[in-house]
Amino acid sequence: MLRYTEDHEWINLDGDTGSVGISPHAIEQLGDIVFVELPEAGSTVSKGESVAVFESVKAASDIYSPASGEITEVNEALLDDLSSITPERAHQCWLFRIKVDDSGELAEMMDEDAYKAMIA
Amino acid sequence: METSSPLQETVLAEFHVAHGARMVPFAGWNMPVQYADGIKAEHLATRQGAGLFDVSHMAQVWLQGDGADAMLEALTPTDVAGIAEGRVRYSMFLNETGGVLDDLMIARLDGMLQLVVNAGRADHDIAHLEANLGDEVEMSVRRERALLALQGPEAPAVLNRLGVDLHGFYFMQVGHFEIAGIPCIVTRSGYTGEDGFEISMPAEAAGELAARLLADEAVSLAGLGARDTLRLEAGLPLWGHELDETINPVAAGLRFALSKRRREAADFPGAGPILEDFATGAPRLLTGLLPQGGRPVRDGAELALNGEIVGHVTSGGFAPSLDAPAALGFVEAALAAPGTTLMAVARGRETPVITAALPLVPHRYIRG
Repeated sequence: MLRYTEDHEWINLDGDTGSVGISPHAIEQLGDIVFVELPEAGSTVSKGESVAVFESVKAASDIYSPASGEITEVNEALLDDLSSITPERAHQCWLFRIKVDDSGELAEMMDEDAYKAMIA
Repeated sequence: METSSPLQETVLAEFHVAHGARMVPFAGWNMPVQYADGIKAEHLATRQGAGLFDVSHMAQVWLQGDGADAMLEALTPTDVAGIAEGRVRYSMFLNETGGVLDDLMIARLDGMLQLVVNAGRADHDIAHLEANLGDEVEMSVRRERALLALQGPEAPAVLNRLGVDLHGFYFMQVGHFEIAGIPCIVTRSGYTGEDGFEISMPAEAAGELAARLLADEAVSLAGLGARDTLRLEAGLPLWGHELDETINPVAAGLRFALSKRRREAADFPGAGPILEDFATGAPRLLTGLLPQGGRPVRDGAELALNGEIVGHVTSGGFAPSLDAPAALGFVEAALAAPGTTLMAVARGRETPVITAALPLVPHRYIRG
Protein backbone atom coordinates (compact mmCIF):
# COMPACT_ATOMS: atom_id res chain seq x y z
CA MET A 1 0.00 0.00 0.00
CA LEU A 2 1.58 3.25 -1.23
CA ARG A 3 0.60 6.46 0.53
CA TYR A 4 1.81 10.07 0.45
CA THR A 5 1.96 12.94 2.92
CA GLU A 6 1.29 16.58 2.16
CA ASP A 7 5.00 17.14 2.77
CA HIS A 8 5.86 14.91 -0.21
CA GLU A 9 7.05 11.81 1.64
CA TRP A 10 5.87 8.41 0.45
CA ILE A 11 5.45 5.24 2.51
CA ASN A 12 5.07 1.83 0.98
CA LEU A 13 3.59 -0.52 3.56
CA ASP A 14 4.21 -4.27 3.45
CA GLY A 15 2.60 -5.96 6.45
CA ASP A 16 3.34 -3.69 9.41
CA THR A 17 6.61 -2.32 8.01
CA GLY A 18 6.84 0.52 5.53
CA SER A 19 9.66 1.88 3.37
CA VAL A 20 9.81 5.69 3.34
CA GLY A 21 11.15 8.06 0.74
CA ILE A 22 10.38 11.36 -0.94
CA SER A 23 8.37 11.89 -4.08
CA PRO A 24 9.73 12.51 -7.59
CA HIS A 25 8.20 15.99 -7.35
CA ALA A 26 10.08 16.71 -4.12
CA ILE A 27 13.39 15.52 -5.58
CA GLU A 28 12.85 17.70 -8.63
CA GLN A 29 12.05 20.73 -6.48
CA LEU A 30 15.14 20.24 -4.30
CA GLY A 31 17.52 20.38 -7.24
CA ASP A 32 21.08 19.15 -6.67
CA ILE A 33 21.18 17.21 -3.40
CA VAL A 34 24.50 17.75 -1.61
CA PHE A 35 23.98 16.19 1.82
CA VAL A 36 21.51 13.77 3.42
CA GLU A 37 21.13 12.98 7.10
CA LEU A 38 19.27 9.77 7.91
CA PRO A 39 17.75 8.69 11.24
CA GLU A 40 19.25 5.99 13.44
CA ALA A 41 17.98 2.44 13.26
CA GLY A 42 16.25 1.45 16.48
CA SER A 43 14.91 4.92 17.24
CA THR A 44 11.25 5.47 17.97
CA VAL A 45 9.59 8.32 16.11
CA SER A 46 6.21 10.01 16.02
CA LYS A 47 4.16 10.80 12.96
CA GLY A 48 5.13 14.24 11.68
CA GLU A 49 8.47 14.25 13.52
CA SER A 50 11.52 15.49 11.59
CA VAL A 51 13.58 12.34 11.02
CA ALA A 52 15.90 13.17 8.14
CA VAL A 53 17.33 16.21 6.35
CA PHE A 54 18.00 16.80 2.67
CA GLU A 55 20.38 19.64 1.91
CA SER A 56 20.35 21.03 -1.61
CA VAL A 57 22.68 23.71 -2.96
CA LYS A 58 20.31 26.41 -1.80
CA ALA A 59 18.39 25.12 1.21
CA ALA A 60 17.83 22.48 3.89
CA SER A 61 14.58 20.50 3.86
CA ASP A 62 13.25 18.40 6.72
CA ILE A 63 11.81 14.98 6.03
CA TYR A 64 8.96 14.06 8.37
CA SER A 65 7.98 10.57 9.39
CA PRO A 66 4.69 9.59 7.73
CA ALA A 67 3.84 7.34 10.68
CA SER A 68 4.60 6.63 14.31
CA GLY A 69 6.71 3.60 15.01
CA GLU A 70 10.20 2.18 15.27
CA ILE A 71 12.85 2.67 12.61
CA THR A 72 14.10 -0.80 11.78
CA GLU A 73 16.51 -0.19 8.93
CA VAL A 74 18.29 2.75 7.30
CA ASN A 75 19.47 2.92 3.68
CA GLU A 76 23.09 3.96 4.28
CA ALA A 77 24.01 2.93 0.72
CA LEU A 78 22.06 5.92 -0.51
CA LEU A 79 24.73 8.20 0.96
CA ASP A 80 27.46 6.72 -1.24
CA ASP A 81 26.16 8.46 -4.34
CA LEU A 82 23.75 11.32 -3.78
CA SER A 83 23.55 11.95 -7.54
CA SER A 84 21.66 8.63 -7.78
CA ILE A 85 18.72 10.33 -6.04
CA THR A 86 16.72 11.40 -9.09
CA PRO A 87 13.00 11.88 -9.73
CA GLU A 88 13.04 8.77 -11.93
CA ARG A 89 14.46 6.65 -9.08
CA ALA A 90 12.38 8.22 -6.30
CA HIS A 91 10.65 4.98 -5.37
CA GLN A 92 13.89 2.96 -5.25
CA CYS A 93 15.51 5.62 -3.07
CA TRP A 94 14.01 4.60 0.24
CA LEU A 95 15.51 6.35 3.26
CA PHE A 96 14.46 4.08 6.08
CA ARG A 97 12.03 1.33 7.02
CA ILE A 98 9.62 1.79 9.89
CA LYS A 99 7.55 -0.72 11.86
CA VAL A 100 4.37 1.28 12.20
CA ASP A 101 2.33 1.35 15.41
CA ASP A 102 -1.02 1.67 13.67
CA SER A 103 -1.23 0.72 10.01
CA GLY A 104 -4.87 1.81 10.06
CA GLU A 105 -3.89 5.48 10.15
CA LEU A 106 -2.10 5.09 6.81
CA ALA A 107 -5.34 4.27 5.03
CA GLU A 108 -6.44 7.85 5.65
CA MET A 109 -3.44 9.24 3.77
CA MET A 110 -3.31 10.23 0.09
CA ASP A 111 -2.96 7.50 -2.49
CA GLU A 112 -1.04 8.05 -5.73
CA ASP A 113 -4.01 9.68 -7.52
CA ALA A 114 -4.81 12.03 -4.65
CA TYR A 115 -1.16 13.03 -4.33
CA LYS A 116 -0.83 13.69 -8.05
CA ALA A 117 -3.95 15.84 -7.89
CA MET A 118 -2.43 17.80 -5.01
CA ILE A 119 0.78 18.69 -6.88
CA ALA A 120 -0.90 19.26 -10.24
CA MET B 1 4.95 45.00 1.02
CA GLU B 2 7.16 43.99 -1.85
CA THR B 3 5.90 40.43 -1.83
CA SER B 4 2.26 41.44 -2.28
CA SER B 5 2.88 43.54 -5.40
CA PRO B 6 2.95 41.75 -8.76
CA LEU B 7 6.35 40.53 -9.84
CA GLN B 8 8.21 42.42 -12.53
CA GLU B 9 9.60 40.49 -15.48
CA THR B 10 12.63 41.11 -17.63
CA VAL B 11 12.23 41.15 -21.39
CA LEU B 12 13.71 37.62 -21.42
CA ALA B 13 11.10 35.97 -19.14
CA GLU B 14 9.61 33.89 -21.97
CA PHE B 15 13.07 32.99 -23.24
CA HIS B 16 13.95 31.59 -19.81
CA VAL B 17 10.79 29.49 -19.55
CA ALA B 18 11.30 28.21 -23.12
CA HIS B 19 14.78 27.07 -22.05
CA GLY B 20 13.53 25.09 -19.05
CA ALA B 21 14.00 27.68 -16.32
CA ARG B 22 12.47 27.33 -12.90
CA MET B 23 11.24 30.84 -12.17
CA VAL B 24 11.18 32.19 -8.62
CA PRO B 25 10.44 35.56 -7.02
CA PHE B 26 13.64 37.48 -6.33
CA ALA B 27 13.74 41.10 -5.14
CA GLY B 28 10.34 41.75 -6.67
CA TRP B 29 11.23 40.10 -9.98
CA ASN B 30 10.23 36.77 -11.52
CA MET B 31 13.68 35.33 -12.28
CA PRO B 32 15.26 32.02 -13.36
CA VAL B 33 16.88 30.37 -10.33
CA GLN B 34 18.08 27.50 -12.49
CA TYR B 35 17.52 25.77 -15.82
CA ALA B 36 17.08 22.05 -16.47
CA ASP B 37 20.71 21.07 -15.81
CA GLY B 38 20.67 22.49 -12.30
CA ILE B 39 22.80 24.84 -10.25
CA LYS B 40 25.91 22.65 -10.00
CA ALA B 41 26.12 22.04 -13.74
CA GLU B 42 25.51 25.71 -14.54
CA HIS B 43 28.14 26.78 -12.04
CA LEU B 44 30.77 24.40 -13.42
CA ALA B 45 29.89 25.31 -17.01
CA THR B 46 30.59 28.95 -16.11
CA ARG B 47 33.95 28.16 -14.50
CA GLN B 48 34.95 25.91 -17.43
CA GLY B 49 33.34 27.65 -20.41
CA ALA B 50 30.97 30.57 -20.27
CA GLY B 51 27.71 31.13 -18.39
CA LEU B 52 25.04 33.45 -19.72
CA PHE B 53 23.00 35.24 -17.03
CA ASP B 54 20.07 37.60 -17.41
CA VAL B 55 20.76 40.38 -14.92
CA SER B 56 18.26 42.84 -16.39
CA HIS B 57 16.59 43.07 -12.97
CA MET B 58 19.46 45.26 -11.84
CA ALA B 59 18.80 48.96 -12.46
CA GLN B 60 20.89 50.93 -14.95
CA VAL B 61 20.99 54.57 -13.91
CA TRP B 62 22.76 57.24 -15.93
CA LEU B 63 23.95 60.58 -14.54
CA GLN B 64 24.83 63.40 -16.89
CA GLY B 65 26.05 66.91 -16.26
CA ASP B 66 28.87 68.84 -14.66
CA GLY B 67 27.75 68.10 -11.12
CA ALA B 68 27.59 64.30 -11.48
CA ASP B 69 31.06 63.55 -10.11
CA ALA B 70 30.59 65.76 -7.05
CA MET B 71 27.14 64.37 -6.43
CA LEU B 72 28.36 60.75 -6.36
CA GLU B 73 31.41 61.67 -4.31
CA ALA B 74 29.06 63.06 -1.66
CA LEU B 75 27.42 59.61 -1.38
CA THR B 76 30.36 57.21 -1.81
CA PRO B 77 34.01 56.79 -0.76
CA THR B 78 35.07 56.59 -4.41
CA ASP B 79 37.38 58.96 -6.27
CA VAL B 80 34.70 59.45 -8.91
CA ALA B 81 36.54 62.37 -10.50
CA GLY B 82 39.45 59.98 -10.95
CA ILE B 83 37.45 57.48 -13.02
CA ALA B 84 38.76 58.02 -16.53
CA GLU B 85 36.61 57.74 -19.64
CA GLY B 86 36.24 54.04 -20.44
CA ARG B 87 36.86 52.85 -16.86
CA VAL B 88 34.68 51.12 -14.24
CA ARG B 89 34.88 51.22 -10.42
CA TYR B 90 33.20 49.19 -7.71
CA SER B 91 31.59 51.56 -5.21
CA MET B 92 29.01 51.81 -2.44
CA PHE B 93 26.48 54.25 -1.07
CA LEU B 94 27.33 54.89 2.60
CA ASN B 95 25.33 56.20 5.54
CA GLU B 96 26.60 58.50 8.28
CA THR B 97 27.43 55.63 10.63
CA GLY B 98 29.65 54.00 8.03
CA GLY B 99 27.15 51.35 6.99
CA VAL B 100 26.52 50.35 3.39
CA LEU B 101 23.20 51.38 1.80
CA ASP B 102 24.03 49.41 -1.35
CA ASP B 103 26.99 48.50 -3.50
CA LEU B 104 27.16 49.46 -7.16
CA MET B 105 29.29 49.75 -10.27
CA ILE B 106 30.17 53.14 -11.74
CA ALA B 107 31.36 53.38 -15.34
CA ARG B 108 32.32 56.52 -17.22
CA LEU B 109 31.32 56.41 -20.88
CA ASP B 110 30.59 59.21 -23.33
CA GLY B 111 31.29 61.68 -20.56
CA MET B 112 28.48 60.43 -18.35
CA LEU B 113 28.40 58.16 -15.31
CA GLN B 114 26.59 54.87 -15.83
CA LEU B 115 25.59 53.08 -12.64
CA VAL B 116 24.37 49.53 -12.09
CA VAL B 117 22.64 48.95 -8.74
CA ASN B 118 21.12 45.88 -7.10
CA ALA B 119 17.54 45.00 -8.03
CA GLY B 120 16.44 44.68 -4.42
CA ARG B 121 17.81 48.15 -3.61
CA ALA B 122 16.93 49.92 -6.85
CA ASP B 123 13.93 51.81 -5.47
CA HIS B 124 15.94 52.86 -2.45
CA ASP B 125 18.97 53.88 -4.50
CA ILE B 126 16.99 55.85 -7.06
CA ALA B 127 15.19 57.76 -4.28
CA HIS B 128 18.56 58.34 -2.59
CA LEU B 129 20.04 59.71 -5.81
CA GLU B 130 16.96 61.87 -6.45
CA ALA B 131 17.11 63.31 -2.94
CA ASN B 132 20.75 64.22 -3.50
CA LEU B 133 20.51 65.25 -7.12
CA GLY B 134 23.04 67.95 -7.97
CA ASP B 135 21.98 71.22 -9.57
CA GLU B 136 23.39 70.43 -12.96
CA VAL B 137 22.79 66.69 -13.01
CA GLU B 138 20.28 64.85 -15.12
CA MET B 139 19.38 61.37 -13.96
CA SER B 140 17.70 58.73 -16.09
CA VAL B 141 16.73 55.18 -15.17
CA ARG B 142 17.28 53.10 -18.28
CA ARG B 143 14.50 50.54 -17.94
CA GLU B 144 14.39 50.37 -21.74
CA ARG B 145 17.74 48.57 -21.60
CA ALA B 146 18.44 44.94 -20.72
CA LEU B 147 21.61 43.56 -19.11
CA LEU B 148 23.27 40.21 -19.78
CA ALA B 149 26.34 38.81 -18.06
CA LEU B 150 28.62 36.47 -19.99
CA GLN B 151 31.06 35.00 -17.50
CA GLY B 152 33.84 32.45 -17.70
CA PRO B 153 37.18 31.75 -19.35
CA GLU B 154 35.63 31.21 -22.79
CA ALA B 155 33.69 34.49 -22.71
CA PRO B 156 36.26 36.51 -24.72
CA ALA B 157 36.46 33.84 -27.42
CA VAL B 158 32.66 33.78 -27.65
CA LEU B 159 32.58 37.53 -28.27
CA ASN B 160 35.44 37.22 -30.76
CA ARG B 161 33.40 34.70 -32.73
CA LEU B 162 30.56 37.24 -32.88
CA GLY B 163 32.81 39.83 -34.42
CA VAL B 164 34.07 41.67 -31.33
CA ASP B 165 37.69 42.86 -31.19
CA LEU B 166 38.68 42.93 -27.52
CA HIS B 167 42.23 44.12 -28.15
CA GLY B 168 43.24 46.51 -25.36
CA PHE B 169 40.00 45.93 -23.44
CA TYR B 170 40.64 44.57 -19.94
CA PHE B 171 39.09 44.05 -16.49
CA MET B 172 37.08 47.07 -15.30
CA GLN B 173 36.94 48.83 -18.65
CA VAL B 174 33.80 49.91 -20.50
CA GLY B 175 33.17 50.60 -24.16
CA HIS B 176 30.80 50.48 -27.10
CA PHE B 177 30.87 47.24 -29.08
CA GLU B 178 28.73 45.72 -31.78
CA ILE B 179 27.99 42.10 -30.91
CA ALA B 180 26.44 40.15 -33.79
CA GLY B 181 25.56 43.52 -35.24
CA ILE B 182 23.74 44.71 -32.09
CA PRO B 183 25.04 47.96 -30.54
CA CYS B 184 25.98 47.23 -26.92
CA ILE B 185 27.66 48.90 -23.97
CA VAL B 186 30.06 46.34 -22.55
CA THR B 187 32.02 46.29 -19.31
CA ARG B 188 34.69 43.67 -18.68
CA SER B 189 33.47 42.84 -15.20
CA GLY B 190 31.06 40.58 -13.39
CA TYR B 191 30.31 38.93 -10.11
CA THR B 192 31.56 35.38 -10.49
CA GLY B 193 35.32 35.78 -9.97
CA GLU B 194 35.84 34.81 -13.62
CA ASP B 195 36.85 36.88 -16.58
CA GLY B 196 33.71 38.05 -18.31
CA PHE B 197 31.48 40.81 -19.49
CA GLU B 198 28.31 42.63 -18.59
CA ILE B 199 26.48 43.63 -21.73
CA SER B 200 23.86 46.39 -21.81
CA MET B 201 21.64 46.70 -24.87
CA PRO B 202 18.24 47.97 -25.91
CA ALA B 203 15.71 45.58 -24.37
CA GLU B 204 14.16 44.76 -27.74
CA ALA B 205 17.51 43.33 -28.91
CA ALA B 206 18.10 41.17 -25.80
CA GLY B 207 16.28 38.09 -27.11
CA GLU B 208 18.29 38.05 -30.31
CA LEU B 209 21.59 38.64 -28.55
CA ALA B 210 20.87 35.98 -25.93
CA ALA B 211 20.04 33.50 -28.71
CA ARG B 212 23.21 34.36 -30.64
CA LEU B 213 25.37 33.96 -27.53
CA LEU B 214 23.68 30.71 -26.56
CA ALA B 215 24.21 29.32 -30.07
CA ASP B 216 27.94 29.20 -29.28
CA GLU B 217 28.70 25.76 -27.90
CA ALA B 218 30.91 27.20 -25.14
CA VAL B 219 27.90 29.03 -23.64
CA SER B 220 25.43 27.62 -21.11
CA LEU B 221 22.51 29.40 -19.53
CA ALA B 222 22.97 30.00 -15.81
CA GLY B 223 20.44 31.21 -13.27
CA LEU B 224 20.49 33.12 -10.03
CA GLY B 225 21.33 29.95 -8.08
CA ALA B 226 24.65 29.55 -9.91
CA ARG B 227 25.26 33.28 -9.73
CA ASP B 228 25.04 32.97 -5.95
CA THR B 229 27.34 29.92 -5.62
CA LEU B 230 29.87 31.54 -7.98
CA ARG B 231 30.01 34.82 -6.07
CA LEU B 232 30.16 32.95 -2.76
CA GLU B 233 33.26 31.01 -3.88
CA ALA B 234 34.72 34.27 -5.19
CA GLY B 235 34.17 35.87 -1.76
CA LEU B 236 32.15 38.73 -3.28
CA PRO B 237 29.70 40.34 -0.86
CA LEU B 238 25.96 40.35 -1.47
CA TRP B 239 23.95 43.23 -0.05
CA GLY B 240 21.59 42.00 2.67
CA HIS B 241 24.10 39.32 3.62
CA GLU B 242 27.72 40.52 3.78
CA LEU B 243 26.72 44.19 3.43
CA ASP B 244 23.97 46.25 5.03
CA GLU B 245 23.38 49.56 6.81
CA THR B 246 25.19 48.29 9.91
CA ILE B 247 28.22 46.73 8.23
CA ASN B 248 31.27 48.86 7.62
CA PRO B 249 33.18 48.24 4.36
CA VAL B 250 36.44 47.60 6.23
CA ALA B 251 34.81 44.69 8.08
CA ALA B 252 33.50 43.36 4.76
CA GLY B 253 36.99 43.27 3.26
CA LEU B 254 36.42 46.23 0.96
CA ARG B 255 39.40 48.44 1.87
CA PHE B 256 40.27 48.61 -1.83
CA ALA B 257 37.00 50.45 -2.48
CA LEU B 258 38.00 53.35 -0.21
CA SER B 259 39.87 55.64 -2.59
CA LYS B 260 43.13 57.13 -1.31
CA ARG B 261 42.13 60.73 -2.10
CA ARG B 262 38.82 60.29 -0.31
CA ARG B 263 40.47 58.71 2.74
CA GLU B 264 42.94 61.58 2.96
CA ALA B 265 40.14 64.13 2.63
CA ALA B 266 37.90 62.12 5.02
CA ASP B 267 34.94 63.73 3.28
CA PHE B 268 32.55 60.81 2.63
CA PRO B 269 29.52 59.69 4.67
CA GLY B 270 30.61 57.70 7.70
CA ALA B 271 34.26 58.67 7.21
CA GLY B 272 34.82 58.86 10.98
CA PRO B 273 33.95 55.29 11.94
CA ILE B 274 35.20 53.83 8.64
CA LEU B 275 38.62 55.48 8.83
CA GLU B 276 38.96 54.45 12.46
CA ASP B 277 38.45 50.83 11.45
CA PHE B 278 40.70 51.36 8.43
CA ALA B 279 43.52 52.44 10.79
CA THR B 280 43.02 50.03 13.68
CA GLY B 281 41.12 47.14 12.09
CA ALA B 282 37.46 46.23 12.35
CA PRO B 283 36.35 44.27 15.44
CA ARG B 284 34.82 41.59 13.20
CA LEU B 285 35.98 40.57 9.75
CA LEU B 286 34.44 38.75 6.83
CA THR B 287 36.03 35.37 6.30
CA GLY B 288 35.52 32.24 4.28
CA LEU B 289 34.23 29.19 6.15
CA LEU B 290 34.69 25.56 5.17
CA PRO B 291 32.15 23.32 6.94
CA GLN B 292 33.50 19.89 7.85
CA GLY B 293 31.63 16.61 7.35
CA GLY B 294 29.61 17.45 4.27
CA ARG B 295 26.69 19.32 5.81
CA PRO B 296 26.29 22.91 4.57
CA VAL B 297 25.80 25.73 7.06
CA ARG B 298 23.39 28.49 6.18
CA ASP B 299 22.84 32.21 6.56
CA GLY B 300 21.99 33.03 10.19
CA ALA B 301 23.88 30.22 11.91
CA GLU B 302 25.91 31.41 14.88
CA LEU B 303 29.63 30.75 15.14
CA ALA B 304 30.92 29.66 18.52
CA LEU B 305 34.27 28.95 20.12
CA ASN B 306 34.28 27.06 23.41
CA GLY B 307 30.58 27.79 23.77
CA GLU B 308 30.95 31.54 23.29
CA ILE B 309 29.39 33.28 20.27
CA VAL B 310 32.19 34.84 18.20
CA GLY B 311 30.43 35.48 14.89
CA HIS B 312 27.72 34.45 12.49
CA VAL B 313 27.24 33.04 9.00
CA THR B 314 25.99 35.51 6.36
CA SER B 315 25.82 33.22 3.29
CA GLY B 316 26.19 29.49 3.08
CA GLY B 317 25.56 26.63 0.76
CA PHE B 318 27.45 24.33 -1.51
CA ALA B 319 30.51 25.27 -3.56
CA PRO B 320 30.47 23.17 -6.74
CA SER B 321 34.06 24.06 -7.69
CA LEU B 322 35.26 22.84 -4.29
CA ASP B 323 32.79 19.94 -4.36
CA ALA B 324 32.13 20.77 -0.72
CA PRO B 325 30.02 23.08 1.39
CA ALA B 326 31.24 26.66 1.82
CA ALA B 327 30.08 29.77 3.61
CA LEU B 328 30.90 33.38 4.41
CA GLY B 329 30.59 34.97 7.81
CA PHE B 330 31.81 37.61 10.20
CA VAL B 331 34.04 36.52 13.08
CA GLU B 332 35.98 38.35 15.75
CA ALA B 333 39.13 39.74 14.15
CA ALA B 334 41.50 37.70 16.33
CA LEU B 335 39.86 34.48 15.07
CA ALA B 336 39.56 35.45 11.41
CA ALA B 337 42.97 34.13 10.41
CA PRO B 338 42.71 31.07 8.15
CA GLY B 339 42.70 27.72 9.90
CA THR B 340 40.65 28.51 13.01
CA THR B 341 38.11 25.81 13.85
CA LEU B 342 34.76 27.18 15.03
CA MET B 343 31.38 25.56 15.61
CA ALA B 344 28.44 26.67 13.48
CA VAL B 345 25.25 26.31 15.50
CA ALA B 346 21.82 26.22 13.90
CA ARG B 347 18.62 24.29 14.44
CA GLY B 348 20.16 22.65 17.49
CA ARG B 349 22.95 21.15 15.40
CA GLU B 350 26.64 21.85 15.56
CA THR B 351 28.85 21.73 12.49
CA PRO B 352 32.61 22.34 12.73
CA VAL B 353 33.81 24.97 10.27
CA ILE B 354 37.36 26.08 9.47
CA THR B 355 38.07 29.70 8.57
CA ALA B 356 39.63 30.17 5.14
CA ALA B 357 41.08 33.08 3.18
CA LEU B 358 38.93 34.75 0.55
CA PRO B 359 38.45 34.18 -2.27
CA LEU B 360 37.82 30.47 -1.78
CA VAL B 361 38.34 29.99 -5.54
CA PRO B 362 40.96 32.29 -7.11
CA HIS B 363 39.78 35.20 -9.24
CA ARG B 364 40.74 34.95 -12.89
CA TYR B 365 40.30 38.51 -14.10
CA ILE B 366 42.26 39.59 -17.17
CA ARG B 367 44.01 42.83 -16.30
CA GLY B 368 45.79 45.08 -18.77
